[in-house]
Amino acid sequence: MTTRAHAPTDALDEAADRAFRLSVPALLGCTALLLLAILASATQGAAGLPVEGVVRALVGALPGVDLTQTLTPAQEAVLWQIRLPRTVLAALVGASLAMAGAGYQGVFRNPLADPYLLGVSAGAGLGAVLALGFGLDLAWGPIAALPMAAFVGAVLAVTGSVLVARGSFRDPATLLLAGVAMAALFSATQTYALTRLDETRAREVLSWLFGRLATHGWGPVTLLLPYVLLAGAVLWLHARHLDVLRLGDDEARSLGLSPARSRLVVVAAATLITAAAVSVSGLIAFVGLVTPHLVRLLVGHSYRLIVPLSAILGGAFLATVDIGARTLVAPAELPVGVITAFVGAPFFCVVLWRRKADS
Amino acid sequence: MTTHRLHPAHALRTRDVRVSFAGTEVVAGIDLDLRAGEWLGLIGPNGSGKSTFLRSLVRLVPRTGSVERGDGTPPGPTDLSLMPQSPELPPGMPVMEYVLLGRTAHLGWLSMESRADRRIATDVLRRLGLASFAGRPVRSLSGGEAQRVVIARALVQQSPVLLLDEPTSALDVGHQVEVLELVDELRREDSLTVVAAMHDLGMAARYADRLLLLERGAPVALGTPDEVLDDTLLSRVYHHPVRVHRLDGHLVVLPQARALHTPASAPIPLPDRSTPASPRSGQRDLGDGSQKPRSRKLGSAGPHEEVS
Repeated sequence: MTTRAHAPTDALDEAADRAFRLSVPALLGCTALLLLAILASATQGAAGLPVEGVVRALVGALPGVDLTQTLTPAQEAVLWQIRLPRTVLAALVGASLAMAGAGYQGVFRNPLADPYLLGVSAGAGLGAVLALGFGLDLAWGPIAALPMAAFVGAVLAVTGSVLVARGSFRDPATLLLAGVAMAALFSATQTYALTRLDETRAREVLSWLFGRLATHGWGPVTLLLPYVLLAGAVLWLHARHLDVLRLGDDEARSLGLSPARSRLVVVAAATLITAAAVSVSGLIAFVGLVTPHLVRLLVGHSYRLIVPLSAILGGAFLATVDIGARTLVAPAELPVGVITAFVGAPFFCVVLWRRKADS
Repeated sequence: MTTHRLHPAHALRTRDVRVSFAGTEVVAGIDLDLRAGEWLGLIGPNGSGKSTFLRSLVRLVPRTGSVERGDGTPPGPTDLSLMPQSPELPPGMPVMEYVLLGRTAHLGWLSMESRADRRIATDVLRRLGLASFAGRPVRSLSGGEAQRVVIARALVQQSPVLLLDEPTSALDVGHQVEVLELVDELRREDSLTVVAAMHDLGMAARYADRLLLLERGAPVALGTPDEVLDDTLLSRVYHHPVRVHRLDGHLVVLPQARALHTPASAPIPLPDRSTPASPRSGQRDLGDGSQKPRSRKLGSAGPHEEVS
């Protein structure tokens, strides 16, 4: 053969070693960003907390570490009861949405897919309106009515989309269109219901729709955490399936993968995690769409890197943005979804612009 | 180095394989017995069912009839690897990752490539002279390089039967020979069974041990190139007068006098046809009233492949 070049053996083995694997610097860098974001979010706010004291408190809380604490009891209370629950919640919601976004983008082989694609947002919105506005009481044990109703609404809307598409996970285009139709239907119902509400209740619903992170205690965190862990693990284990799906359904099948089954699992996990996040935080825009793109710029296109790094960076992003939500118009609060869109949309435009320029 | 399990039972046997699309039969009963290490060339005009037959073997299209390995058991995803006609080359995917995806059917439930899987990929890349390409995005490769990478992915599947769907249709003549020589070398070294849909009859005659000529999905002739490449038979099946010559020991199939660039409007008398030539002059079109099934991928063939 004419053109048989031989690279040094170790370079090839190194390439084989690196393929589909997270590089240590990327992982460490992103984790450091997340920790920084959490620290910043924990110290900034109506009552500023000293950074050193917060670090001492956080590190001291690790098992087996004994540090002199410098925070006053009042500051301790602010940190553990107000600031940290909210920060951790922001990080979890950001991680959920970003992972779900990566999952949906893989399933639909479309970089414009976001976690709300199949009607999650509209379904959750309708559920919230019904619960808040009409006193529909879906409360279940310790779980309040609104998150429960939003969760149920979101899952129902996606299930509706899947049923309308006759469960055709072989044909994602049909599923996508079904999602559009279902979202339109639920949104219309939700808008109609909103017009029937009195002003106070309507305002409360709207503020939820724009995305707001709950501020009372650790409840929402414990609600969301199991979903993040479970669905996150499922998504991560199916990231390779998403890589194979990038070859198209035919080739994926001839390689021994069942595209329909992989899609079903990923859509189910991404939907659950999104519904859970939305139920505690409302509709937060752009995190799920932008984060996977940012990760692609950093580490390339393999979903085995995109899924875990999206989780970390999505968490860091939302925790950071939430600082703005709490402080920009203090003592009032901006809906965090407004800021994510304000930051996310221009960023996304720049990414698109540069990508166009590259190709 | 052996990248393939050598097993005499690993040949392929098909009985009465049929595929229908919307009531039209596009593969009409194909019986084959393939030895390990044999190269079978599938030939026939566009729409004769070559691609569909290959795709039906790996269940990409629903089929009836039986497909068995030599030992009588049905083949699984590690027994047949299909090299598609126009493989998808995902943006941003490096060659190494692309080739590793060929290991899909071998992975455990965690879907992680083991050290052994990575080892197999590096071995194949080295063997195919692609070592220096490992980090390049597949999209950045030339046609010939990309085709070798696709072959590499098929090889890491380590299946004893390689199905090639027009493996050289996008390549110039030099790269055609390079790719086919490579496949030939591999099948001899590893006793791979090759089933290749081929447009170029001369190339098919040169590399295949046997040829299967299809017409509207039905087998018309099966035998050595000398037996199958017959003037009368080919002229009938391809709806165009052709002559088979022997040149330097190779069979060459030449289309007769009808120039490739005849104006489309000129009616040309042809043996089997009553209608004028199609606008894409020089190439058989499917919609010529001969009621050939149109259901397979159209536009898959370049303008000059058919009569080469």
